[in-house]
Amino acid sequence: MLPTQPIHRKKTIAAWFQDRLAWDSISQFLAHKTVPVHSGTIWYAFGGITLFLFVIQVVTGILLLVYYRPTPAEAYESVQFIMTRVAFGWLIRSIHIWSANLMILSAFVHMFSVAFLHAYRKPRELVWLSGIMLLALALGFGFSGYLLPWNTISFFATKVGTDMATFVPWMGSTLGRYLRGGDAVGGATLTRFFGFHVAVLPALTSLFLLFHLGLVQKFGISTPPWVEKRFRGAGTKSAQMPFFPDFFLHELMVWYGALALLGILAALFPFGLGEKADAFAPAPAGIRPEWYFLAPFYTLKLIPGHVAGIEGEVVGLLGFGLLAFWWAALPFWGQRPDGTVRSKLVTGGAVAFIAYLSTFSLLGYLR
Amino acid sequence: MKHALLLLLLAAAWLPAKDSCLECHSQMTGDLQAPATAFRNSVHLQHGFTCADCHGGDPNSDDPEASMSKAHGFAGVPLRTAIPKLCARCHSDPNFMRKYNPSERVDQAAEYATSVHGQHLAKGDAKVATCIDCHGVHDIRAARDALSPVYPLNLPKTCSQCHADAAHMAPYKIPTDQYANYLKSVHWEELSKRGDLSAPNCATCHGNHGAKPPAVASVAAVCGTCHVFEEQLFDKSPHQPVFAAMSTGACVVCHSNHAILKTSDQMLGGKDAVCAECHDADSAGGKIAAQAAGLIQNLQNRIVAADGILEQARTSGMEVSEAILRQTDARQNLVKARANVHAFAIEAVSQPVEAGLAIAAEDYRAGEAAMKEKYIRRMGLAISLTAIFVTIAGLWLIIRWLHRAEKESGVTS
Amino acid sequence: MPPARRNVVFWIFGGGFIGSLVSFLYPVVRFLNPPAVSEASVNEVVGGKEQDLAPNAGKIVKFGTQPVLLVRIAQTEWRAFSAVCTHLSCIVQYDASRKLIWCACHNGQYDLSGKVIAGPPPAPLKEYAVHLRGEDVVISRG
Repeated sequence: MLPTQPIHRKKTIAAWFQDRLAWDSISQFLAHKTVPVHSGTIWYAFGGITLFLFVIQVVTGILLLVYYRPTPAEAYESVQFIMTRVAFGWLIRSIHIWSANLMILSAFVHMFSVAFLHAYRKPRELVWLSGIMLLALALGFGFSGYLLPWNTISFFATKVGTDMATFVPWMGSTLGRYLRGGDAVGGATLTRFFGFHVAVLPALTSLFLLFHLGLVQKFGISTPPWVEKRFRGAGTKSAQMPFFPDFFLHELMVWYGALALLGILAALFPFGLGEKADAFAPAPAGIRPEWYFLAPFYTLKLIPGHVAGIEGEVVGLLGFGLLAFWWAALPFWGQRPDGTVRSKLVTGGAVAFIAYLSTFSLLGYLR
Repeated sequence: MKHALLLLLLAAAWLPAKDSCLECHSQMTGDLQAPATAFRNSVHLQHGFTCADCHGGDPNSDDPEASMSKAHGFAGVPLRTAIPKLCARCHSDPNFMRKYNPSERVDQAAEYATSVHGQHLAKGDAKVATCIDCHGVHDIRAARDALSPVYPLNLPKTCSQCHADAAHMAPYKIPTDQYANYLKSVHWEELSKRGDLSAPNCATCHGNHGAKPPAVASVAAVCGTCHVFEEQLFDKSPHQPVFAAMSTGACVVCHSNHAILKTSDQMLGGKDAVCAECHDADSAGGKIAAQAAGLIQNLQNRIVAADGILEQARTSGMEVSEAILRQTDARQNLVKARANVHAFAIEAVSQPVEAGLAIAAEDYRAGEAAMKEKYIRRMGLAISLTAIFVTIAGLWLIIRWLHRAEKESGVTS
Repeated sequence: MPPARRNVVFWIFGGGFIGSLVSFLYPVVRFLNPPAVSEASVNEVVGGKEQDLAPNAGKIVKFGTQPVLLVRIAQTEWRAFSAVCTHLSCIVQYDASRKLIWCACHNGQYDLSGKVIAGPPPAPLKEYAVHLRGEDVVISRG
């Protein structure tokens, strides 16, 4: 006799989804995910902080989209409207700006911690490369978003930045026109930058994020070489803590701490509006880009007008390009063919790079 | 043949007229060369005139005997007393001037005849100004030319060349401090520092060709061509008949004629108050002055206070641009109140002051609201932070609990 | 850990978490609620109703952050100009008796196309466009 009743199973909502999504495998995977425990464990939090701040950017960005208008006639006024007429508009805008700055800072910290902990080594080279791409996208977000309030500072910062693009050899003027939507910074630039900021860059970032995070899940969190060596010598596996719930709870604490910091910054140090951009007014004295562009900005200031017959800006841009290429290629010159890391070389290179960036950023700010 | 002649005539018409005077004198030195050099900048040369058009003689002849002969009408250096008539020969002839500029005035000589300078000259006094003293002799430029001695920026200095020279002016028994005083004035400041060419110079109030100081009775009208409100109020005020009876020239009594300084509230009720020069502190006039000074000072203080709190709010990150803009309305009322002083009646001053006070009060309240909003935001932040820190504390406790639970059950990772 | 203390821990966490969520969601919900003035008036401004201004009269209207002089010249003819005098930035007014725009500060006079006709102002007044929408008088950038 065939059973007339189906075998009794827990008729929960979870079971309903499990039959259709097979998400048991995901929860199994997450239950086994671990995080290495050692003196540098704290640095593992910064990737998550960057991601968390990015999510905050998306949420506050979408909220701002409800009221923002991307035309020269209305951009500044719509931001003023958000700041003065919309309930908590000042808060959403200030959080958006502060979170942007903190996100980029966190991305740099994350990147340098990966370098110092040598997490770029085989098999994680592509994680490093996609991460570099994500940093570039974050800087692109910063540059495009900076123009959107259409005030004097953002107008001239964009002018200087897009003028720099024209110094790229061969395709400079085309690149400049593509960025600006014309020969000068104007309404066409604003439309383009708005499109970059809310559509193109988010789409690209989502793709690269999925790739980056997917690989991290696949290979797990990397253990630094010296920790591995220590445990190999002792004959045991290196200490790990479960991601769920331990590390995740720690991460939640850190994320909430970041929220507290954001709240304090947004409420106590809100951002002002400046004055509406006037294309015909002369550039104000002491114009500077955002802090994350200060180092290349100051470097360019130091390069003389012409170096061996080549224009100074071209030399500067080539230099930055080479530097960026060198740093992106870290997994390749940072490892020996036999798989060991060139620890001293990488650490030295990273320290030098940090020294250059911080010194020149400070000088760019003070001068 | 006929065509060739025509072409030749046309060519001759295009060529500059021969001016042997200019050619010879340019090659001389010193005082004989100076007029020739100067004439190169002259508006007359640009229009095709020659030396002979004023001095007579024959500009076509290279022979000095012929070119400077009385037979050819050579008159040499004209007498100073004859200069206006000489210039008027062209400049008062509308048919002649029409050839060069149909809308150019042709009444300068007639005006000059009515002026103090013209009247003295007619009596044979050659020390007074004639056309050449102001416009230059040989290098006469258009008045619109910035290098012309009668260009608004240069005119006061030109007048001062005689009028500030004590030795020169001794026989005329008039003061020689006008230029020095004018340089202290707010009008000169507008002209020279702000480049506002509409600001009055000597000719604006005294006339240029018909130069004569305004009659005492018409001083207010002269000032009133620009300062309309002040004149209208003054004419209806109690000061007008009193000043007229005293023949004191209205506006000049309080504001001086040449050293017209930037006005300030101190003129009403400060240490060197102008009103106090006539009115005792306990007289009716003195009381009105003191009251007006008080009202205006009060409005000024309220505006400054509102500015202060709004600036404080703005630098704290609060958005107060509308209130800051509304402050211009309050300032407009302050300007109106100060202008209305010229009615010398307290209601005229108190009305705009009250309107201004209302606006300043509203803006101050907006500043206060912004500061309160700043406080509310900080309270909101505190509430949110409390919730956040409680959550963090809860998380930490959960983590601790989990670790204890793992240790107790002997689970190791 | 005794169950009572465990409960306290979870209550602390839960309470804090809910509280913090409320403190985040409250501003977001208020933010999305359209404000009373529904948009920033930037390109055009309603300068009152048609019947508010008689023919041969003028009034000052705020256009964004700038004052604008709205003049009704005739029953169906409206003009609008920047109300800031080009001499020393006083606010101008409409003189109905002389049918011109006048600045009280130094007797500057402009005609009804904004051109300077007397006095110290160095430049004309910028003109704005005016049209009627129903009974609303709408002033917009020319």
